[in-house]
Amino acid sequence: MFVAEKNALSEDIESYVKKYGSDRSALLMILHEIQNKHRHISEFAQQEVARLLNIHPVEVYSVISFFAFLNSNPKGRNLVRVCQTISCDMHGKVGVVQAIERELGIKVGETTKDNKFTVEYANCLGLCDMGPAMAINDQVFLKLTPEKAVELLSKVK
Amino acid sequence: MELNTKKRTGPVIFSEYKRGDAIKKAVSMLREDILFELKDSKLKGRGGAGFPVSTKWMLTSAAKADEKFLVCNADEGEPGTFKDRVLLMEYPKLVFDGMVVGGYTLGAHQGIVYLRGEYEYLLKSLEDYLEQMRKDNLLGKNILGKEGFNFDICIVLGSGAYVCGEETALIESLEGHRGEPRNRPPYPINTGFLGRPTSVNNVETLAAVSHIVVKGGSWFAKFGTDKSTGSKLFSVSGDCDKPGVYELPWGTKISELLKLVEAKNTKAVQVGGASGFCIPKSEFNRKLAYEEVSTGGSVMIFNESRDMLHVLKNFMEFFVDESCGQCTPCRIGNVKLLEGVEMIEKGEYTFSHINKLKDLGRTMQLASKCGLGQSSPNPFISILENFDDEIFNSGNNGGRNGR
Repeated sequence: MFVAEKNALSEDIESYVKKYGSDRSALLMILHEIQNKHRHISEFAQQEVARLLNIHPVEVYSVISFFAFLNSNPKGRNLVRVCQTISCDMHGKVGVVQAIERELGIKVGETTKDNKFTVEYANCLGLCDMGPAMAINDQVFLKLTPEKAVELLSKVK
Repeated sequence: MELNTKKRTGPVIFSEYKRGDAIKKAVSMLREDILFELKDSKLKGRGGAGFPVSTKWMLTSAAKADEKFLVCNADEGEPGTFKDRVLLMEYPKLVFDGMVVGGYTLGAHQGIVYLRGEYEYLLKSLEDYLEQMRKDNLLGKNILGKEGFNFDICIVLGSGAYVCGEETALIESLEGHRGEPRNRPPYPINTGFLGRPTSVNNVETLAAVSHIVVKGGSWFAKFGTDKSTGSKLFSVSGDCDKPGVYELPWGTKISELLKLVEAKNTKAVQVGGASGFCIPKSEFNRKLAYEEVSTGGSVMIFNESRDMLHVLKNFMEFFVDESCGQCTPCRIGNVKLLEGVEMIEKGEYTFSHINKLKDLGRTMQLASKCGLGQSSPNPFISILENFDDEIFNSGNNGGRNGR
């Protein structure tokens, strides 16, 4: 990581700590912001958060490793989450996933070579009446067909 | 996102309500009187556990502390549940007014909405709504001119952990720790968020509180059955023509619900989400109520073409994924149950082993630390027992799964 990048990241983290406070109860929201902006929470970011909240970095890591939406390793620029729970499963999740896998040339859990997409399964997105559902970053898409899912991906930059 | 904006109808939750009414009424009442109204209403927690709300609030308001908290549990992770999403999207007035009433009753100054990370797209509109409430003095200092009544609400996002719907795990994660459930007691009503008395209530419970304050506890208790008063929002999904959120009085029969949502050739209904029970056709005349078939509102419908073993496998994969791993019965038990399902799938099982797994399930129900492990064997036991003919008798399952 370049020094300039590190400084920018530190500044971001400082602004989040300012916004949410330096009590430990602010940790989840701070991590959430870092995750949203940088797509992952690097070791350096973890150390910065720990320093500003005055806790041990391993405490920060333990929280990151617990939650499915926080990760310490970089993922693709766009995160695709396909709901795998039963209602979506019954309405054609398998076809949607296979179409996405064929189109992107990767399996669920992998990242495309150009780093554009990471595809994952998600547990119940709470859209059971309009399945199959998937989320691309923070947007959700409903009543998918294999064709529609692939079309949606092609519109993502 | 395509929004379902058609006007919803229902006897209680979806009945007429004007923003701020509950707060106006509440600040003119004594705290004790609100508690008595709640007691009359016999309102029970809508998240699924069904603890009487008046008891929880009485204990919290009686607890002595420098600070108290009211937490709205919007970590709606149970598969097949989406009523809280609908409430927050279309009826934030009910939920937030209920929270302000709660803050007044409990003597809390801070309300926290724990919103599941999957619903992040709701965050912006909810924040805007809260800002408008602050402008109208429905939040903030001396609310509606009531001297000394200060209350505000903030929203905290979860990060994709089902177990955080459990109240102590939720509090752990609010405090910036791993979302692992605590031992109870002490209960959050004494020792909750930051060690202060905390009441954790479901979104729908708080929405019901708003109606009860305005219309009275006895009005609420008119609906439903004797032990389950009021109505319930049911999140209906699966094999039916009209999935969605329905408000029905408690005591509605499963068969009546199926007719309403136009489900055809129904074989089974999973009530209460993945951690609930699978009800076979022969029991469709049972009633949905705390005393009969209790539920947090998830109703998933399976028709004749569905393979129940596949359904069970999906549920067990979910629990293996979502077990927090803190206690052994849940961490290892769920993996063993899933392995059992895979053995049946391949036709490589013995009945003595399956029976041992059912015993293991019953052990998990007793020995797990929190509701997740205590309820995750429910589908395993209920599906294998109610659909044994389909699953184990190859003459009846078309030779599926190597059985």
